[in-house]
Amino acid sequence: METRRITLLAGHYGSGKTNIAVNFALYLAGQGKQVTLADMDIVNPYYRAKDSAAEMEKAGVKMIASLYANSNVDVPALPQEMYAVTEDKARYAVLDVGGDDRGALALGRYAPEILKENDFHMIYVFNASRPLSRRAEDALEIMKEIEVAGGVPFTAIVNNTNLGKETTWETVTASMEEANKLSQISGLPLLFTAVEESVLPINERENEQYFPLKLQKTIW
Amino acid sequence: MADKILMKGNEALAEAAIMAGCRHYFGYPITPQTEVAAYMAKRMPKIGGVFLQAESEIAAINMVIGAAAAGKRAMTSSSSPGISLKSEGISYMAGCDLPALIVNVQRGGPGLGGIQPSQSDYFQATCGGGHGDFHLLVLAPSSVQEMADLVAKGFDLAEKYRMPCMLLADGTMGQMMEPVSLEETKQEACEKPWALTGTKGERKPNIINSLALQPQELEQWNEDRFKRYEIVKENEQMAESYLMDDAEYCVVAFGIAARVSQNAVDAARAKGIKVGMIRPITLWPFPEKVLKEAADKCKAFLSVELNMGQMIKDVKLAIDCKKPVDLCYRTGGMIPSPEEVLAAIEKMQKEGK
Repeated sequence: METRRITLLAGHYGSGKTNIAVNFALYLAGQGKQVTLADMDIVNPYYRAKDSAAEMEKAGVKMIASLYANSNVDVPALPQEMYAVTEDKARYAVLDVGGDDRGALALGRYAPEILKENDFHMIYVFNASRPLSRRAEDALEIMKEIEVAGGVPFTAIVNNTNLGKETTWETVTASMEEANKLSQISGLPLLFTAVEESVLPINERENEQYFPLKLQKTIW
Repeated sequence: MADKILMKGNEALAEAAIMAGCRHYFGYPITPQTEVAAYMAKRMPKIGGVFLQAESEIAAINMVIGAAAAGKRAMTSSSSPGISLKSEGISYMAGCDLPALIVNVQRGGPGLGGIQPSQSDYFQATCGGGHGDFHLLVLAPSSVQEMADLVAKGFDLAEKYRMPCMLLADGTMGQMMEPVSLEETKQEACEKPWALTGTKGERKPNIINSLALQPQELEQWNEDRFKRYEIVKENEQMAESYLMDDAEYCVVAFGIAARVSQNAVDAARAKGIKVGMIRPITLWPFPEKVLKEAADKCKAFLSVELNMGQMIKDVKLAIDCKKPVDLCYRTGGMIPSPEEVLAAIEKMQKEGK
């Protein structure tokens, strides 16, 4: 897969940006790259990239997250070291942007440097099972709102259609038509389709079209 | 069956309210329930409904009173500190016998507390939720699907018995994403001859009021209301029993605590401990009947809660303190792990022998 120095994951909230960001950081680290995972979410109170902090450390991925992520307060602040994402060009960076246009607002601060360097993939995470962004047309509208708020144009799409623990291979294959339609009307390539690893059929594991996801286990 | 979609608990309950005919939502943002308001803000204008972000929680609940008095299906939602602000209005609604749905996606307390999940508003919800002699219907979902299902149920019960209903969820329930199937629910036809809909010169004006000029009158209102509460207690208790047929020990837990506890019950069963679980779905009326039955068969009970031990009092009352009741809890926004609950089950078994 073609990778660029900075990979940004943005989209409708609940589309699965964080899971993709975590897995993509691991994927890059697995190729021997120096990787930073940056949690830029200033909206979501729970289920953050920081939940995977131990796993990231084990894989040698550097994590940048708000001091207040997973804490007991709502402080939409990003740490100073977030600037390292654009300044330290020796490392690959995966940016977990907050959901919707509101979540992408924080990206604006870093957008000029990202555009200047021009070695990024701004990825829209599409999930056809999410009620307000099921159709390609609705997703395209959200994409435009995010671009205005974040100041970084999208360059690619990832299909992450899933139904949580009830996801089947059928859920994924049934979504391909809408994902391709989004690719067509946005004029952007579909980079890959993310599939939870136990759902991905054995005969598709070598198929680069699919990106296997490892998900955090819950205690309920 | 409708197509399954992936939703946050907060979104699912908001959409379920719309599908149950609610067109009047008044709210104010607070973590971890803000998605309810955000969802309503997006959807209500598209379907001719009213979304209004009030200037405060107090304003929002009073708008609910107005809409409910006019006979509309109205709702508001908040999280713990916001519910405290609404409690005056909730008491007025109880005093006026007005139906409405109030959602509490609980966070840690007391005071400003924190934004992580909690069940520490159990007392507040089940013992009234404001000043005066009254009760709320209190429903406790334990999945995103149930968040949605209990919304329609809550509206129906509220209108049937003319009392406010509280959906008591917690931050985990509000924030977690699960597949749901949402279907138009058949609204139970409920005439509202008491509603302020205009007399058209054909009848005497209806009056909705919680002020009684004479103490004897207020006493009578309260007596009448509590007669109605007895009917609710008799007819509306809801609970789910899990592996209770041969259970010697009984875990009692609701909401997210029940989800974790169910894993602990499975682990205990794998170790040969005959334990089951009763999951209250109505916290008021508390499912006393099913617990009383369990008290005749079980040696001991374990109440699992995300608070310092609140429901445990209702468990003891329900079983007339016939059997020992242990407590397993975490608080402040923490959730007990299945291992912690399992350890508590094993301790209960050891001491229960």
